[in-house]
Amino acid sequence: MSALWLIVRKSLRQHALSTAVTVASLALACGLVTAIFSIERQARGAFGGGSGAFDAVLGARGSQLQLVLNAVFHLETSPGNVSWSLYERIAADPRVAAAVPYAVGDSYRGHRIVGTAPEAFALSHGGAARFSGQGRLFDAGRREAVIGSAVARRAGLAYGSHFQPAHGVIEAGAHDHEEDFVVVGVLEPTNTPADRVIWIPIEAVFRMGGHVLRGGGEDYHADPSQPIPDEHKEVSAVLLRLKGGMMGASLFREINYQQQEATLAWPVARVMAELFDKLGWMHRVLTLVAYLVVVVATGSVTASLYNTMNERRREFAILRSLGARRGTVFAAIVCESSAIALAGGVAGLAVHGAILGAASAAVRERTGIALEVFAPHPVLFLAPAGLVALGALAGVVPALKAYRTDVATHLAPTS
Amino acid sequence: MSDAPREDEVLVIEDLQKVFTAPDGERTAVVDVPAFSLAAGEQVAIEGASGSGKTTFLHLIAGILEPDAGRILIDGENMAALAEAGRDRLRARSIGYVFQSFHLLQGYSALENVLLGMHFGPGPDRVRARGLLEQVGLGDRLDHRPRQLSVGQQQRVAVARAVANRPRLLLADEPTGNLDPTRASEALELLRAVSAEAGSALLLVSHDRGILERFGRVESFEGLRRAGEVSA
Repeated sequence: MSALWLIVRKSLRQHALSTAVTVASLALACGLVTAIFSIERQARGAFGGGSGAFDAVLGARGSQLQLVLNAVFHLETSPGNVSWSLYERIAADPRVAAAVPYAVGDSYRGHRIVGTAPEAFALSHGGAARFSGQGRLFDAGRREAVIGSAVARRAGLAYGSHFQPAHGVIEAGAHDHEEDFVVVGVLEPTNTPADRVIWIPIEAVFRMGGHVLRGGGEDYHADPSQPIPDEHKEVSAVLLRLKGGMMGASLFREINYQQQEATLAWPVARVMAELFDKLGWMHRVLTLVAYLVVVVATGSVTASLYNTMNERRREFAILRSLGARRGTVFAAIVCESSAIALAGGVAGLAVHGAILGAASAAVRERTGIALEVFAPHPVLFLAPAGLVALGALAGVVPALKAYRTDVATHLAPTS
Repeated sequence: MSDAPREDEVLVIEDLQKVFTAPDGERTAVVDVPAFSLAAGEQVAIEGASGSGKTTFLHLIAGILEPDAGRILIDGENMAALAEAGRDRLRARSIGYVFQSFHLLQGYSALENVLLGMHFGPGPDRVRARGLLEQVGLGDRLDHRPRQLSVGQQQRVAVARAVANRPRLLLADEPTGNLDPTRASEALELLRAVSAEAGSALLLVSHDRGILERFGRVESFEGLRRAGEVSA
């Protein structure tokens, strides 16, 4: 064991309380920095690329962002509906590889109900829906439902359960429909917003009691014994997979600027990136606060070491009398501050884990997206390494005081 | 005087002077020793009143203080001509020092106190450090901290630490000043025995008559000084 390490170890033990407090403040600072960067990157990745299989969303004239948040992330309210004929036209467009209609507006215990076609699962679930245990896709002509894993967990629904949808997506004040649905499948967790959704046949949404269809421009109430004419049908959104990037550009121009009867949100990643850019100031403020905490914590290393220098002058004088050089004493203090910072950096990863754990639970609760606690990010290495460098710097001023200790003065008899 | 000391001389001092300046500007030569030498293995005591400059004299020999003039040859190497780092190296290699207050490091065990001194010299030797502590009767107190030891035991740790690097010269500044007469006598015998066994020359300063009379060669610090009042 080297002399430096022996001196550092002894000092840390002798000043255990102040060391622990300093390490804790450094850990908090380090954990904040890593957590902020990690959450920002993961949120950007999850929401920016959250459309998965879809390139664009077609919906009512209005905000592209609202359209994407509602259709892809199942947040916000729907900006309105577009006619079935528009859906059919876009689905038949040679530039479109696949088109999936969504009809929204109902919920069950706070979980949104989306009416769609069974083909949606082939696109959104990587080719085929995977069920937890027994399960199958709903029959498009029956009152059947497939539910996400979070719905099953939180609403207490399981395979074979029955439920009655409520009108509206806000639980408070919603009234129940009379139609009874049976759960025919619980999807495996995907860690995406789809986990929070109840999927039913789109025809069932059209036929839900109290729903008024206005696809033809006038009110139409579905008759249980009669097929619904296509001209009355309407959808909340159409999720599109395009045949290429150029197709998207030409469709975007055509729908948004020439026809002006609907809105095409394309590409979905760009729409979400714009949202993050708008919220970029918040990330910058949080980062600034975290850096300030780092500065204050680093300052506390300097202060706590500096305050012990007077009581330790005799120790330094004894070390010098034994043959230690001034540089050895200087290095011992810098090593001590670096060791404190290293401990803070390592403990900071635990703080990072705690923050990410809590944030992940909150984000998953609200959006269905799961954040990975220790997702690879350079900051997980750079922050502790930077903290050690700052810690070494923080030790320089106290080390200089130790360096200047006059040996003869402090070796005077103490009794 | 020749530059080359006699082969058996561990310490040779020539025209050593240290001047302190008082706040009112008055300059006083606290140490002014024209010549002094110590042979290998020799044990010499220096007597003098408190405040006469004995401790400053030892600090100069140990290289803790820098002289204003003169030469201090330790085994032929002039401590006075070395820069601070060189003095630190020479001190760690060739000099052991027992202080009146022992100056043990409080957070360290007896064994660690001895080992730490070795780190700055030839390197830590745990077996030798244990052996030395056993030799001074502290074989069962290796892991005790200074506060857990009696004053006499602390003194013995200080002795073990001082000889740990097999110094050519052992300096002792009032080493029994904090002990009662019985323990002081025991401590002195231990110091002399350990010093002899390590092959170190011993230079001890004290104003205790009982200690001084145990030495064959006793020098008066006043007698070592240059004759007459010296003003720098």
